[in-house]
Amino acid sequence: MPEETDLEDLKRGTDLVKRGFAQMQKGGVIMDVVTPEQARIAEDAGAVAVMSLEAVPADIRKRGGVARMADPASVEEIIDEVSIPVMGKARIGHHTEAQILEAVGVDMIDESEVLTPADDAYHIDKREFTSPFVCGARNLGEALRRIDEGAAMIRTKGEAGTGDVNQAVTHQRAIKGAIRQLSGMNHEEREKWAREHEAPADLVHETAEMERLPVVNFAAGGIATPADAALMMHHGCDGIFVGSGIFGAEDPVSMGNAIVNAVNNWDDPETLAEIASNIGKGMKGQSNSDMSDDEKLQGRGV
Amino acid sequence: MLRAGVVAVQGDVSEHADAIERAARLHGEDVEIVEIRQSGLVPDCDLLLLPGGESTTISRLLHSEGIAAEIRAHVDAGKPVLATCAGLIVASTDAKDARVDPLGILDVTVDRNAFGRQKDSFEAPLDVDGLAEPFPAVFIRAPLIDDAGDVAVLARWDGDPVAVRDGPVVGTSFHPELTDDVRIHRLAFFASSEAPAEAE
Repeated sequence: MPEETDLEDLKRGTDLVKRGFAQMQKGGVIMDVVTPEQARIAEDAGAVAVMSLEAVPADIRKRGGVARMADPASVEEIIDEVSIPVMGKARIGHHTEAQILEAVGVDMIDESEVLTPADDAYHIDKREFTSPFVCGARNLGEALRRIDEGAAMIRTKGEAGTGDVNQAVTHQRAIKGAIRQLSGMNHEEREKWAREHEAPADLVHETAEMERLPVVNFAAGGIATPADAALMMHHGCDGIFVGSGIFGAEDPVSMGNAIVNAVNNWDDPETLAEIASNIGKGMKGQSNSDMSDDEKLQGRGV
Repeated sequence: MLRAGVVAVQGDVSEHADAIERAARLHGEDVEIVEIRQSGLVPDCDLLLLPGGESTTISRLLHSEGIAAEIRAHVDAGKPVLATCAGLIVASTDAKDARVDPLGILDVTVDRNAFGRQKDSFEAPLDVDGLAEPFPAVFIRAPLIDDAGDVAVLARWDGDPVAVRDGPVVGTSFHPELTDDVRIHRLAFFASSEAPAEAE
């Protein structure tokens, strides 16, 4: 029998532990939920985690006004309801909302452009936290700045609450395309790229050599159907966030199950055809091409 | 050529695939990685890996895709399995939770998320039976083995088993795939964790 291990050597909140949490979410679907009942439906459908918030992005858009962190009591109810990880959204730059979410016990904090930014110049210093963070990005420069601030997971921003996958595709293509470009560059070209894109040079070199982001890369923003989810896996995402797409659909149970199955079978069109059949209508949505820049959330927090 | 199946319905698949390839190289074995997301692939595999991830999701998909029975047949044939974290929960005989329908290939009862929430997750050096030096163990919302049946306990944390062997199946509460150290993969799949030492 081995000897007792010294408990004093234990370390919490290291990059390994924070990024490791995100790695365990790979190949999974993370679903937005507003109530414990929705959280239960999401868990039963096979979600790897739920994102607890006050209103889904489509409703936040409709409602207008200032969008803030959810009521901690309602986040706690969701934590008590499910066994899978629970995430929560804090406003960009709102250090204190993030501290409150960590105190409540959320497993990952989303510093999210869906909420009204609290700081126009700075994001949260995520290295100070024990909890891992996920942040949105539209391109590789944004992604590497967030990782430098301590993000353990990157997701595309897409255009949340629209049910239009167009911007998520655009952002994922931009990230992957820039990585391919960097991988073909020599040292001095990468240094120049880092300066031009305001990205930390060490992360630029690391990304170029790994030929992928150094953290897990999910898709988010406008994913509304099993085919949308499979498309984002086709574009090299590690997993999927679905916001308004589940509980904005005609039949959330069928839609949730179908999106989970679609992510597992993303490269098998015949199975996808079965999965996408008879699951009711998707959320109504709003085309991204009709929107003015003022209406878009993706420009928040660069 | 060994065929190594990595259950890939959800979880950290590429990390385990890399670890298996490195472990095999140290033992002079050629290995082909097969990602298992559908039925029909497990029967051709020489060894199997159940990765970390979310046990509710993995359990649900193993059953709906018809992979669960194939994994039981693999173990009945005496072929090796390494199951880590969520994989350990899925491999157990009882997860004490109706949301997980375990495979019953590892004679233990587990407590899901026994260490608490993500902010309680940690890394620490761990003494493991059969390893000369402590192993860098990463525990992420980890399960605890609260009732070990007829199994060999390979490591304990604070008195409770966190690594066990039950015939061809090795299970760990922690994630041996998150660092460069492949000794647990060697122990599970190639019997020895050390030799040939000079290849390290």
